[in-house]
Amino acid sequence: MLKILKYSFYEMIRSRWIFIYSGFYLIASMALLLLSNDISKVLISLTNIIIILTPLIGILFGTIYYYNSKEFIQLLMAQALSRWSIFTGMYLGLAAALCISILIGIGIPLIAYGVLGSAELSLFLLLITMACVLSIVFSLMAFLIALKFDDKVKGLSISIFVWLFFAIIYDGIFLLLLLGFKEYPLDKLTISMIVLNPIDLARILILMKLDMSAMMGYTGAVLSKFLGKNIGMIIISFSLLLWVILPLWTIRRVSMKKDF
Amino acid sequence: MKILCIAISFLSWTSIFGNRIEVCPTCAFTTIEEAYKSCENGDTLEIKAGIYKIPNWKIQKSIVVRGEKNTHLISQSGEEIITVEKSNVTIQNISFSGVVTNYLKENAAIRVKRCKNVNILNNTIIDCFFAIYLERTKHTKVYGNTINGNKNNIDRTEAESGNGIHAWHCDSILIAQNDIMHHRDGIYLEFVNNSEMNDNRSHDNSRYGLHYMFSNDDSYRRNIIEHNGVGVAVMFSRRIIMTENTFAHNWGHAAYGLLLKEIYDAEISDNKFTENTVAIFVEGSNRINYLRNSFRKNGWAIKFSGGCESNKISNNDFLYNSIDLVVSSQLNNNTFNGNYWSEYTGYDLDNNKIGDVPHYPVKLYSYIHNQVPESVVLMRSLFVDILNFAEKVSPIFTPKDVKDDAPKMNSNL
Repeated sequence: MLKILKYSFYEMIRSRWIFIYSGFYLIASMALLLLSNDISKVLISLTNIIIILTPLIGILFGTIYYYNSKEFIQLLMAQALSRWSIFTGMYLGLAAALCISILIGIGIPLIAYGVLGSAELSLFLLLITMACVLSIVFSLMAFLIALKFDDKVKGLSISIFVWLFFAIIYDGIFLLLLLGFKEYPLDKLTISMIVLNPIDLARILILMKLDMSAMMGYTGAVLSKFLGKNIGMIIISFSLLLWVILPLWTIRRVSMKKDF
Repeated sequence: MKILCIAISFLSWTSIFGNRIEVCPTCAFTTIEEAYKSCENGDTLEIKAGIYKIPNWKIQKSIVVRGEKNTHLISQSGEEIITVEKSNVTIQNISFSGVVTNYLKENAAIRVKRCKNVNILNNTIIDCFFAIYLERTKHTKVYGNTINGNKNNIDRTEAESGNGIHAWHCDSILIAQNDIMHHRDGIYLEFVNNSEMNDNRSHDNSRYGLHYMFSNDDSYRRNIIEHNGVGVAVMFSRRIIMTENTFAHNWGHAAYGLLLKEIYDAEISDNKFTENTVAIFVEGSNRINYLRNSFRKNGWAIKFSGGCESNKISNNDFLYNSIDLVVSSQLNNNTFNGNYWSEYTGYDLDNNKIGDVPHYPVKLYSYIHNQVPESVVLMRSLFVDILNFAEKVSPIFTPKDVKDDAPKMNSNL
């Protein structure tokens, strides 16, 4: 498995796209720093970029990568290797490459600017972690989609739809539900809706750091406890972990059964 | 004539440099009561270091009461400690404690009753029901005191805890350089006119840091108001000047940095509002100038409720607030001009540091949030950003005339 991880990782970092990806983050964060000179403003802008972009890139990269290395996977399957180690090795190589390009792209400019000594350090660390977690979750989904659908076009369009769903449509439905049932207590509905969307989970975790003063204005008992205390942090982290474990488990099941 | 001059100077000599009377366990007077009895107007009563348990002490002579570093007066039965009933009294450098909660009487460590020219300087008042209570007094100075109520006041009901400095029906008083914590209201003013509150620090109070009721022509400057239920509440008052204060970390469901209710002709300038749930909450307040304030990282910067007219909001900085502005009605004649909004997305082609397109500070999201508070979790979501953008292009729900025609490109401050 480690050997496959190594090969897949080397292949990824030799790819042109991963360079462009980290280059984009590098340029974006440097440009923001040069434009505003205020680290908290830069972090807010980066939050918006990360929440939209990392899931999109994660899911597209993952699907394309799987389809491109399909022959290689089939070749590996002819060897005396378990399917599980082949898929986890391939996947971990991809995820590691994505996370490293985020760390380089956002980490280097901000550290060079001096975020480590500033008051915003915890927000910065949270932001980087959430970017990595979102990449991991969405590239997992990408692998799952690509495994399920052999047709390249179908697989790609489904991954784009999945991103669209979690990034925009889901929040639209969420808001409609809230508006439609505003006469009822909505605390529990809100929490369960958050838990079911990894992008929302990451966003709320960042919000709890960024907009705490506004969050404290909310009066509902259950939700304000969720938002204000450490319990919320724990539940969110746990749900994000589930969002990693569940797709991983499904990949295992699907890959074992699949007839290549 | 000469004799008269000498007589006057002699009289003033005795009144300024009256006798010094000392109280200590080894002095001529060992108890405060005895010493006070031998005092005359203009005398100085010096209480040496030590702990003195005393019953209620009514000061009816114009004297100076001065303590040493460790002079500590404790209320014998939990009643009021000093009641000043005569003008020209000074109380200085004394520690007080032991006034207990009473539901019938508002007992205070120092009460000043119907007199003028009283100075309360550099005292320490710890764990008292009310600390300093001014009642129908004029030209009084409360300066440099440290007032620390009971830490448990945060958990008590409002009726169980008293105010730090309480002034009722006063005129021309000065409250400055005090440090007040753990009371119900840090400073409470009711029917107090022509007065100044400067350089105080009021923090960790269970209700308000500073509270005005029915008070006119007052000013407060350079105060630091932190971690209170509500920072400053100004209610039913006219012509109040509020400048250079710092309002910070007033967090909670009904927490405001500054709460204005029925205020007319006030001026709010050069203040700093940092990380409050609502920086300014305004209700029924007219003709107020908001100038050069900085609003940084608040949940809401300004929340206008009904009936706010002819307010002028100019040259302020709105930096990274979750929501900059909420107005409750479609109609308004408040003017916004020359503010810097960190959310402004316009451009400045003629390079005069003023944005070329107006800024609309009220977003659709703040309207939705008002309708469904649960939608707080959708803040900064891409969907909400898209909605805000759509609303900005063609406003339907948000008022069209709430706009800043000359938004600044750079920070004002």
